Amino acid sequence: MNRFVIRGQRLIAIFFIGCLLFNYPLLSLFSTTGMLWGIPILYIYAFTSWLIIIVLMFIAIKLRH
Amino acid sequence: MTKKVLIVDDEANIVISLEFLMQQAGYQVEIARNGEDALTVVNEFKPDLVLLDVMMPKVNGFDVCQKIRDNAELEDTKIIMLTAKGRDVEVAKGMALGANSYVIKPFSTKQLVLEVQRVLEES
Amino acid sequence: MMLQGGIILFVSFAYIGILFAIAHYSDKRADAGRSVISNPYIYSLSLAVYCTAWTFYGSVGHAASTGIGFLPIYLGPTLMAALWYLVMRKIIRISKLHHITSIADFISSRYGKSSSLAGLVTIIAVVGIIPYISLQLEAVSTSFAVMWEHSEIAATVPRNNMTIFSDTAFYVALLLAMFAIIFGTRHLDTTERHEGLVAAIGFESIVKLLAFLVVGFYITYGIFNGFGDIFTRASQVPELQTLFTMENAGTYTDWTWLMFLSMMAIMFLPRQFQMTVVENVNEKHLDKAIWMLPLYLLLINIFVLPIALGGRLLFPSGVVDADTFVLTIPISQGQEELALLVFLGGLSAATGMVIVATVSLSTMVSNELIMPALLHFGPLRLSKSRDLGGVLLTIRRSTIIIVLLLGYVYFRATGTSYTLVSIGLISFAAVAQFAPSIFGGIYWKTGNHLGAITGLSAGFVMWTYTLFLPSLAESGYLSPSFIASGPFGIELLKPYALLGLSGLNPITHSLFWSMLVNVGGYMILSLVGRQTIIEHSQAAQFVDIYKQAEDNDIRLWRSTSSVPVIRSILEQFLSPARVDEALNQYAQKRNLDWSKDDVADTELINYAERLLAGSVGSASARVLIASAVKEEPVSMDEMMYMLDETSKVIAYSRELEQKSRELELATSELRAANEQLKQVDRLKDDFISTVTHELRTPLTSIRAFSEILYDNPDLDSAQRSKFMNIILKENERLTRLINNVLDLSKIESGKMEWHLTTLDLKEVIEESVATVEQLIKEENITLDLDLSEPTSLTVSDRDRITQVLLNLLSNAIKFCDRENGKITVRLGEVDEQLSVSVLDNGPGIKLENQELIFDKFRQVGDTLTDKPQGTGLGLPICRQIITHFGGDLWVESRPGNGSKFIFTLPVVAPNEDGSDNEPDYTPPIFANGQTQKEQG
Repeated sequence: MNRFVIRGQRLIAIFFIGCLLFNYPLLSLFSTTGMLWGIPILYIYAFTSWLIIIVLMFIAIKLRH
Repeated sequence: MTKKVLIVDDEANIVISLEFLMQQAGYQVEIARNGEDALTVVNEFKPDLVLLDVMMPKVNGFDVCQKIRDNAELEDTKIIMLTAKGRDVEVAKGMALGANSYVIKPFSTKQLVLEVQRVLEES
Repeated sequence: MMLQGGIILFVSFAYIGILFAIAHYSDKRADAGRSVISNPYIYSLSLAVYCTAWTFYGSVGHAASTGIGFLPIYLGPTLMAALWYLVMRKIIRISKLHHITSIADFISSRYGKSSSLAGLVTIIAVVGIIPYISLQLEAVSTSFAVMWEHSEIAATVPRNNMTIFSDTAFYVALLLAMFAIIFGTRHLDTTERHEGLVAAIGFESIVKLLAFLVVGFYITYGIFNGFGDIFTRASQVPELQTLFTMENAGTYTDWTWLMFLSMMAIMFLPRQFQMTVVENVNEKHLDKAIWMLPLYLLLINIFVLPIALGGRLLFPSGVVDADTFVLTIPISQGQEELALLVFLGGLSAATGMVIVATVSLSTMVSNELIMPALLHFGPLRLSKSRDLGGVLLTIRRSTIIIVLLLGYVYFRATGTSYTLVSIGLISFAAVAQFAPSIFGGIYWKTGNHLGAITGLSAGFVMWTYTLFLPSLAESGYLSPSFIASGPFGIELLKPYALLGLSGLNPITHSLFWSMLVNVGGYMILSLVGRQTIIEHSQAAQFVDIYKQAEDNDIRLWRSTSSVPVIRSILEQFLSPARVDEALNQYAQKRNLDWSKDDVADTELINYAERLLAGSVGSASARVLIASAVKEEPVSMDEMMYMLDETSKVIAYSRELEQKSRELELATSELRAANEQLKQVDRLKDDFISTVTHELRTPLTSIRAFSEILYDNPDLDSAQRSKFMNIILKENERLTRLINNVLDLSKIESGKMEWHLTTLDLKEVIEESVATVEQLIKEENITLDLDLSEPTSLTVSDRDRITQVLLNLLSNAIKFCDRENGKITVRLGEVDEQLSVSVLDNGPGIKLENQELIFDKFRQVGDTLTDKPQGTGLGLPICRQIITHFGGDLWVESRPGNGSKFIFTLPVVAPNEDGSDNEPDYTPPIFANGQTQKEQG
């Protein structure tokens, strides 16, 4: 039971991190026409954050404790 | 001066043997056949030494020992406990209550007499 | 003409053929018990039914004008997936336990299995999903048109001028309907699960992802030189550069609301609910889906921006509909095969959505709308018609066709005035209305039926007014002034700016108002209103789902019926084989035998209701069962009992209390047992130390006198013989003691050898008396023997009984009056019991000591005089012997009046075979004193 609770709480934390990353004001910081490696910074930010969230969820689910 | 010995035991035959041995060793002997008697006799007789059996009905040897030690008049009375159970606890309890020595039943008559003499010579 | 229409159709049908093959194969496997879909990967893929033609074609179109404005629709589900571990797991658990078949069933079940609520949810779902269906029709027919006529102008053909029969969309609608019917309504199942469907959808998810990745890769690396090239070129076009920022992606407020909207959509779209909850095979699969679904969403969106910007770079502004970029770019490059693959991807995205959506909608419509109506008012009232299953299938199939046709009608009505994405969002906003009732339902016990009805209705009305009606108005079906200046020119009622609220896009605007009235209505009326018993019960079950075990279900039917009746109801909806299986399972679990137990108790009725709910929904199931079961009036007491039972928390805590009480009891029992063991141990210790003492005492005398005799050879002869005599006496005492101890330990450990014979006690008494006669004479004791009464025989050990008698006699002699001793021995027989008494005229025994003398080493009285003779074990041994033979030994005495020891032995009839009639004591009897060894 405890394991479920801890895992649930980690996932809730990830949810809030995601909400933070994908909303004003953090999002606005990257809203520029600048580019990195030929790719708009906003795109890099959005997709990288997205991937990080997925990886975090993967880890949270995999972790035993 | 003849030393006085009080024998306290509820076993008639043992009393007989002890009485014989003490008389043979030259002591004046008095007998009590249970704890209650012992407590009366000890006050009148004022023995130098009490051979005290532990296992007696009603008032046992430990009680007698304690009463004797509580009585200031009997300060110099020596006590040898006779114990048949031979357990360390019993010996320890007797000594703690103020017995001077102990002898385990069955005893060697010679050693008993020697022990009585030794205790009486202590001062 | 780039591609022959025939080829396109052929490929389409070939693709659909493959889907059928997959579905058929997995259904077969499922029937054989080896499910293909029972793994988390297929499950996750099936959830990707979220990605429809909207994603496949619409995302690019949306991105082409808003940059990353299309992303909230996928970020929302990604974030929601993190919460699934708590929320969705709970919903799945509840749904499994309650055999939930759809989202309407879920909501209605939570709020007291209400038919009205189920109907309302169904209507919202159907109306809400119609725009979404039309979106798929539009996308597929457009893609057909693009392929067919390979024309950039395909998207701009004025559809209003076409007749229905020349409209591809109409045929697409029929095709999809056929598809959905064949897939979704092949058979009725108690759980409404469709293995074949899920497998096919999983396959479709692979196809659409692959197709999109391939075309994305081709455009990015085939036409352009990678991501950097596209973006760098786009950055040189000022108009496109604005897509790099949030500038065109809508306001941050809209962005946030869109994310919220898609969070709700991924959970509450009927097709998502169908796949995530209803088709879920194993709750654990959710764990993998939590990260795999977001990963899928990420992958299918990776090329959206490159394609969108690439399309804008390749085509002159406004000539080609951006929604068709994925298709038109390969075509423009002459890549027919690739275009065909893309077309297939789009087809799979659209068909996946349409099939699952219509299947789930048809389940709702038939279970929650039509069936309850038929059962309530129609001719189907109870078991008149046999094959209700067939009726059910017909209803579902018709529903699928109707829903698709409604979609087509909406499509025709709105025309092309909307982009794919904005049509989809209208549907999203509709299903978001379910959120308050569901979240409230699983976390808030107070939420009630009235609140849910009010919230849902208010939200739905608000949605209709602020989104659905305007969408029709924009297409010219309502006066455009409805939008521009409000109905009847009332500015405050403008559907896109209600009460003057402006600055939000229509979706956000509608969502805000509808959620406000929905949540508000739900909460206020829940707080004000009251719950019925069944609602209360369901609320507790839903909210506290984790605290429940499946089998202690709450009893809501205080009633009985017969098993055949229940069976016949079930068989109207389920195959007889399935009914048999279910009932047998039930019987097996509870050790029932249907041939004997044919009273259907409350539990069975509830079980049947749940089974039925799996096939017709809980509201219908309740009506059906109610009609079959005579419900007994529920008394006040029972009501209180139900309320008690209902609140599972109470039951749960009671159970805990009970458990802890049991534990306490067990602990105290253990403690008592331990105490007893200690006691036994102490007794044993005492016994040993007593025995030691008793052994040492005679030894002491023996040794002392032996030494005295040895050391004093000159003793006078009188003294000498006195001492020798003592030694002998003490020796005897020692021997006696050792024998006694051995006897006692043998008896107690059951190792005593008993020599059983049929005894005449008269003889035994005479013999024993003869043994002590000499002693009696010496002591001048008068002996009175009364053996006159004729007596029966007994079975016993002669020696042991003699031992007892001798012991009693010698005790009597010992304690007799010294001057005028008198002993009376009497034998009698009362009530099949022989009794022997030995009476002396000694001092007697005080009442308090009368039991003590039977304890080991307990001697009473002036022990000093008697000690050499007694060992303190005689009486205990005697009692053990007598008890062993089924008798009793006790003493009756009053101080001053002597003591009377009495023992009894059971009478045994002197049968030939020696069998004995004494029930309490049954020793095998051996003639002529054969030895029987006692078994421990």
